[in-house]
Amino acid sequence: MSDALLSVRDLVVEFPTRKGILTAVDSVSFDIGRGEVLGVVGESGAGKSMTGSAIIGLIEPPGHIAGGSIELAGERIDNLPLEAMRKVRGKRIGMVFQDPLTSLNPLYTIAEQLIETIRTHLKLSERDARERAIGLLDEVGIPAASRRIDDYPHQFSGGMRQRVVIALALCAEPELVIADEPTTALDVSVQSQIIDVLKNMCAEHGSSVMLITHDMGVIAEAADRVAVMYAGRLAEIGPVRDVIQDARHPYTKGLMGSIPTLMHDSDRLTQIPGSMPRLTDIPPGCAFSPRCPKAFDRCFSVQPACERHEDREVACLLYDEGGRP
Amino acid sequence: MLVVSLIAFVMFRFVGDPVDQMVGLETTLEERAKLREQLGLNDPLPVQFWNFVSKAAQGDLGISYQFKRPVAVLLSERLPATLELSFVSALFALLAGIPMGVYTALRRESFLSKLFLTVSLIGISLPTFLIGILLIFIFSVNLQWLPSFGRGQVVDLGWWTTGFLTVSGLKALILPSITLGLFQMTLIMRLVRSEMLEVLRTDYIKFARARGLKDRAIHFGHALKNTLIPVITITGLQLGSIIAFAIITETVFQWPGMGLLFLQAVQNVDIPIMSAYLLLIAFLFVAINLIVDLLYVVVDPRIRIGGAEA
Repeated sequence: MSDALLSVRDLVVEFPTRKGILTAVDSVSFDIGRGEVLGVVGESGAGKSMTGSAIIGLIEPPGHIAGGSIELAGERIDNLPLEAMRKVRGKRIGMVFQDPLTSLNPLYTIAEQLIETIRTHLKLSERDARERAIGLLDEVGIPAASRRIDDYPHQFSGGMRQRVVIALALCAEPELVIADEPTTALDVSVQSQIIDVLKNMCAEHGSSVMLITHDMGVIAEAADRVAVMYAGRLAEIGPVRDVIQDARHPYTKGLMGSIPTLMHDSDRLTQIPGSMPRLTDIPPGCAFSPRCPKAFDRCFSVQPACERHEDREVACLLYDEGGRP
Repeated sequence: MLVVSLIAFVMFRFVGDPVDQMVGLETTLEERAKLREQLGLNDPLPVQFWNFVSKAAQGDLGISYQFKRPVAVLLSERLPATLELSFVSALFALLAGIPMGVYTALRRESFLSKLFLTVSLIGISLPTFLIGILLIFIFSVNLQWLPSFGRGQVVDLGWWTTGFLTVSGLKALILPSITLGLFQMTLIMRLVRSEMLEVLRTDYIKFARARGLKDRAIHFGHALKNTLIPVITITGLQLGSIIAFAIITETVFQWPGMGLLFLQAVQNVDIPIMSAYLLLIAFLFVAINLIVDLLYVVVDPRIRIGGAEA
C-alpha cells in the first residue's frame, strides 16, 4: 500500500507501571489514504486516543512506543528526533482535542494563538499571517471573523471555540488531521455542525482525517472507513457502510446492536454482557473471548491476527480458514 | 484600616501613662495635670480616638515621647531606608526565584534542580537572623568584602535619602537584602515550580505542543504567563511582610530603617511611634493589595473584559 498517506504497522504502546508493563496499544496496523476519513471507535480505554497520540508523537511519559512503525507519506516519523518531530506537528499533522474549553490558552487572543502557529510553520509576515488567520476563521464559520479575531477564548461559546481549534489545527495545511473526540464535550445540537465543519475543511484543504470517537452516529455521518478497537487491539476495519450493515467481528456486531434505530421497533437494545478487561489482565487468546457469544475453544488460547477478508480486515478466529470448530 | 487604627489607638491609650514617661521625677502634680490637658488626655475616649484618626489622616501622627519630635518626620526619615531594602530584596527574590522555579519545573531530574530544591529547604527552615549572622560572618568578617552594618554613604535628595547612588551604599545593601529576600526567594521558587508543573499538564499546553510550537514559546510564552497569576498574588502579600518583618534584618545589620526605629521605640515605651508604625504597615499592606488587584486586570483578560461588561 504505497499510496497510503499514513501507514501504521504493528504499533505497540507500553506504559511501565509498578504492577508491570501495560500494553495500551497492541500491534495495531492500519492505513489512511489521501483525503480519506478514517473513523476509530471503541470504548474508553480501548487505545483509540493513545494511537492518535502515538502518531503525533505526544505520548505522556513514562508511556512510549515499544514497537512497530509509523510512516507519513513513506517517511518514518515514529523515531524522528524531537526537533524534527516538532516540525511535523502542526505542519504536517494537525490535532483537534476533545475539550475546546481547555485547549486554548486563556491569556492570549485568538489572533495571537493563530498567528503564532502560522508563523511557526510558514514564512509569512505578521500581516499576512493575520490575513490568513481571518480567512481560516471565516472558513470555519465564525461570523465577523475580522472583528472577533482579537477576542479572548472565554468570549466564545464551546462550539465556536472548537471551530477556532479546527482553524488552528488546519492553519498550516497539514496532510493529516487527528481529531480526538472533537464533539464529545459539545452540545448535541452543535455536534453535527462541528463534524460538518471538520469534514468540509479537511476536504477543501485536502487533508486526511483520523476521527477518534465513541459515537457511531458521528462515524456513520463523516467517515469513509471505520476501525473498531477493543482492549488496545484492532477488532475490525473496513468501509463504514459495510461494517455498519454487516459487522463481522462479534464485538462490532454487539456494538451495532446497541445502537437504537428508528426502523426496528425493538423493546430492548441488545447489550454486550460484561465489560472490557482492564489492561492489566487481558485474557490470553482473543481479548473479547470471555464476552463473546460465539467463542469456542481456540478463542481462549490463540490470539487472532487481523486478516483481510474481501474488503475488510477482521481479527477473529471465526473467519480464520481451518480455525473454525 | 479603621480597625488597625483602633488597635493602634488602644495601645496608645492603655500601655501605661505617657506622662510618666515624659516628665522627670521632680515635676510637680500641677505641671503633670497641665501637660495632660495639653495632650488632650482628659477628653472622653471616643473624642480622643476621633482626634487620633483625623490627625493621622492628615499625616499628623503625634509627637514621639522619646525624641520630642513629630513621629511623621521621624518615620519619613527612616522610610526610604526600609523601602529601599525591601524593594531590593523583593527584586532579588523575584529575579532569582522565578528562573530557578522555571528551571526546576522543566528539568525535574537534573542535578541542579535537586540542588536548588535542597538549598531552598535550607532557606525556608533557617531563621532570618541566623542567615544574616552567617552572611556577616562569611562576607564581612572572614572575606571582608562587604560591610556588616549601616547603609554606607547615602545621597540626600531632599525628601528621600538613597543608597543607590554610591558604591558604599550599594555594597551595604547586598547582605541585608539577601538575608531578607532569601526566604521569599525560596517561597517564590517553590510556588513557580509547582504552578508551572500544574500548567504544563493542562490541555492548552498539550494543544500548543500538538501545533508544533517551539519549546521556548510553549514554556516561556504560554506556560509562564499562566504561572505568574498566582505568583503575583503571593509576591504582593510577601512584599508587605518583607517591609513589616524587615525589623529582624534591620536589627542584625543595624540598618537605619523603620524597623530599627520601632525596636528602639519598644525599648523606650515610645507609644506614638509604635502605633504610627503599625498604622503605616497596615496602610502599605492595603496599598500593595490594591496594586496587586490592579495588576490582575493587566495580566488576566478574563477579569478585564468581565469587569468591563458587568
